[in-house]
Amino acid sequence: MSDLTKLTISEAREKLRSKDISSVELTDAYLGAIDAANQTFNAYVAVTHDKARDMAKASDYKLANGEGGALEGIPLGIKDLFGTEGVHTQACSHVLDGFKPRYESTVTANLWADGAVMLGKLNMDEFAMGSSNETSYYGAVVNPWRAGGSNRQLVPGGSSGGSAAAVSSWLCAGATATDTGGSIRQPAAFTGTVGIKPTYGRVSRWGVVAFASSLDQAGPITRDVRDAAIMLKSMASVDPKDTTSVDLPVPDYEAAIGRPIKGMKVGIPKEYRVDGMPEEIEVLWQKGIAWLKDAGAEIVDISLPHTKYALPAYYIVAPAEASSNLARYDGVRYGLRVPGKDITDMYEQTRAAGFGREVKRRIMIGTYVLSAGYYDAYYLQAQKVRTLIKKDFEDVFAAGVDVILTPATPSAAFGIADQDMASDPVKMYLNDIFTVTVNMAGLPGIAVPAGLDAHGLPLGLQLIGRPFDEETLFQTAHVIEQAAGRFEPEKWW
Amino acid sequence: MTLIDTRTPDPKRLIPGATGDWEIIIGLEVHAQVTSNAKLFSGASTSFGAEPNANVSLVDAAMPGMLPVINEECVKQAIRTGLGLKAQINHKSVFDRKNYFYPDLPQGYQISQFKQPIVGEGKITISVGPDRKGEFEDVEIGIERLHLEQDAGKSIHDQHPTMSYVDLNRSGVALMEIVSKPDMRSADEAKAYVTKLRTIVRYLGTCDGNMDEGSMRADVNVSVRKPGGEFGTRCEIKNVNSIRFVGQAIEYEARRQIAILEDGGKIDQETRLFDPNKGETRSMRSKEEAHDYRYFPDPDLLPLEFDQAYVDELAKDLPELPDDKKARLISSLGLSVYDASILVSEKAIADYFEKVAAGRDGKLAANWVINDLLGALNKAGKDIENAPVSPDQLGAVVDLIREGTISGKIAKDLFEIVWNEGGDPRALVESRGMKQVTDTGAIEKAVDEVIAANPDKAEQARAKPSMAGWFVGQVMKATGGKANPQAVNDLIKAKLGIVE
Repeated sequence: MSDLTKLTISEAREKLRSKDISSVELTDAYLGAIDAANQTFNAYVAVTHDKARDMAKASDYKLANGEGGALEGIPLGIKDLFGTEGVHTQACSHVLDGFKPRYESTVTANLWADGAVMLGKLNMDEFAMGSSNETSYYGAVVNPWRAGGSNRQLVPGGSSGGSAAAVSSWLCAGATATDTGGSIRQPAAFTGTVGIKPTYGRVSRWGVVAFASSLDQAGPITRDVRDAAIMLKSMASVDPKDTTSVDLPVPDYEAAIGRPIKGMKVGIPKEYRVDGMPEEIEVLWQKGIAWLKDAGAEIVDISLPHTKYALPAYYIVAPAEASSNLARYDGVRYGLRVPGKDITDMYEQTRAAGFGREVKRRIMIGTYVLSAGYYDAYYLQAQKVRTLIKKDFEDVFAAGVDVILTPATPSAAFGIADQDMASDPVKMYLNDIFTVTVNMAGLPGIAVPAGLDAHGLPLGLQLIGRPFDEETLFQTAHVIEQAAGRFEPEKWW
Repeated sequence: MTLIDTRTPDPKRLIPGATGDWEIIIGLEVHAQVTSNAKLFSGASTSFGAEPNANVSLVDAAMPGMLPVINEECVKQAIRTGLGLKAQINHKSVFDRKNYFYPDLPQGYQISQFKQPIVGEGKITISVGPDRKGEFEDVEIGIERLHLEQDAGKSIHDQHPTMSYVDLNRSGVALMEIVSKPDMRSADEAKAYVTKLRTIVRYLGTCDGNMDEGSMRADVNVSVRKPGGEFGTRCEIKNVNSIRFVGQAIEYEARRQIAILEDGGKIDQETRLFDPNKGETRSMRSKEEAHDYRYFPDPDLLPLEFDQAYVDELAKDLPELPDDKKARLISSLGLSVYDASILVSEKAIADYFEKVAAGRDGKLAANWVINDLLGALNKAGKDIENAPVSPDQLGAVVDLIREGTISGKIAKDLFEIVWNEGGDPRALVESRGMKQVTDTGAIEKAVDEVIAANPDKAEQARAKPSMAGWFVGQVMKATGGKANPQAVNDLIKAKLGIVE
């Protein structure tokens, strides 16, 4: 039975449709795997056994009648950031203790409408703020990957660490995730999985706990490129409840897979060759270039001159928006309330107890940069930088580049409770150096596994596309996947 | 904003102090609740008087992950109001977040418009007066801007010994904040401004203007200076909720500031509250305690954009505004400025009048509406919306006078009957025998009798024709007021041989 959990979404889809397996069998296989291994990984913060079985039964009924949606009977894990009706939705924060919404986020509602089965809620950095999943109120998540010959526990990346770990350790067929500065792509790269952050506006943000509204975008983490295409198709939609969602038809992304890339222009941005980048990242990048060249793509050197300002600007814009978005967690209406002697004291006590260090740090930064007298120097300046970053990409795409290839992360997964990272938050922030620009420009970006480092840990490459051209990303990522092969951790648990 | 002084000091508006005259400078920020079925960014109802927390959506309660969606009707209402204020309509405007913590502000921020409001500069012409000569003076007051924003909920502190309750029914309701330029120079002008603004939004149907329900409230900025001097330091009196209180607050505040300045003190810029029970203003918070609202563009909302065609479409269906209506009543119905001003002062009165005047003599209709109807309403303490006499009924009364069926005097009686008992005036005239006697024979008989009974008076009248009036009175009395006075007059003069 445990073999069932190794099926990709597309494989499971075939077996379900041909009735080789039932959704209940598949779901039970996952629930069994979760029950056995979640203590090891801490990937799930809530497992919805009964709901999963009920949904699986309903799917089996539909499948038996030859009906069902694109994801009928496929068991998924849901990042704790998504509002799920009647189910644990806390953004892995203490401040949302006990919160179970009366509503379903548009993304998860879309998935359920297409027949997917919910296994539970996945661990994440608190309010999606972090790159290691260590800021979660529910504790760190363990990466199923380990360096060769070592028992040291590694982080799965963040903030969608639970999603990436669950997918790579076969605790779900695919997972929802969100990406504000790299929170889908970095964990995907750290766990040998595929993660796509779609164009801003492609996926509705309604019902997803907000971190930084102008940057947040949901996407899938899956075991291969095809699965990512299948999931994104179901997740994406225009939504009248999110006026920043865009009314464009959702293409059949899966159809893009296998299309030749001959003649495609692939841009290689020189600014992504950063100081102190390990040699093996450069080697990986060169491999990727070679694979695409072999497949007939034209490789062009490009320049994105404002790249170096992206990370500092991001750490102004994102905290600024977060400081305001998180103001609603005040102890008045839901979640944690720590009593105080008056209303201000209650706010202070509640927020002091409810938010973790990283969240507090970002609220402080955000509050500071929006303050009278600092707004122009920080927030306004960062918005100007953002416009320039956007223009960098527009110029390159206008010059005929179809897709941009970069490394996904500057390193492989690092250790849990890494002293370097813990002592210097900026070191942690540097994890997102290759990914934040994409959020700042609102573009789609995909991380695809491309190889292993010297210690046998997965490394990923990133492809960046034109707005709403996710198809080219799937098409190109699939070429890399074909050349590089798939990467799975050795099962030690 | 740059303060530009548009007025020259006017001695009749100055107030005397121990050190000479002072000039009051007033600017108003009026919050007007937009008339709309749903809130500014959610579908929850805006109905007044619902059970606490009955009109609250997930967005209004700021549940995690909820997003605002602009209610287009509120945008249209803001544009209509802007047009009514002859203001610049901005084709692109931006919603910002104004951040502060309060239990009745669930999001922790109010969505408002800070740097780029939907409506820019405009103007309102107010009428101050009448003075002792019965004259009105028109003054133009500049509008700085109008922007859309969310209202907050309500905190209730007196229902529980240690806890406060929060009612979110108002949370997220659309408000228009209409900011004037500091162009007003007296409490009367400020009152006239709020009155006129209320009239305009009521004409437009963009705000019901009910200040007692909180649909309109004003923040009043007051400073004083020596006439024509530099602007002084201002104090802002928050949330004044009646026109009378606006006047009282300004009077009090101006005198308070003058007293401080004349004592050699200086005014602290601060926010104050008006206490209607004591008739005074009290300090609420100083400039140092002012919030830093950390405004920034709301990333959940795209900039609000529309084209001129959209504005034109709304302009096309705009109702006639009070100033235009007044001009029309004067020019086409021949009403006096005074009468026209009264009739247009409230939309409900104007609507009533226009129904009465339709197809009838405008001046006669105006007299009846102003003198009789408004007089009676005033005496009874009733609104025109609840007038016991409908426009149709009053119109019938006017018709009966006009066609000579009843005299003006009888009409007053008839009006009173209709007011008290209701009914069709024409039928009442029939059933109660109030019809004017036009039968010359009957009148002649009465005239003859009166002359015969008063030979000495008849003699006097022949010598002194003005005495004829006495006979008219007697005949009218004898006929129970039903005789046509003109016919009586003519007959008496003929019988007595008075030639004019």
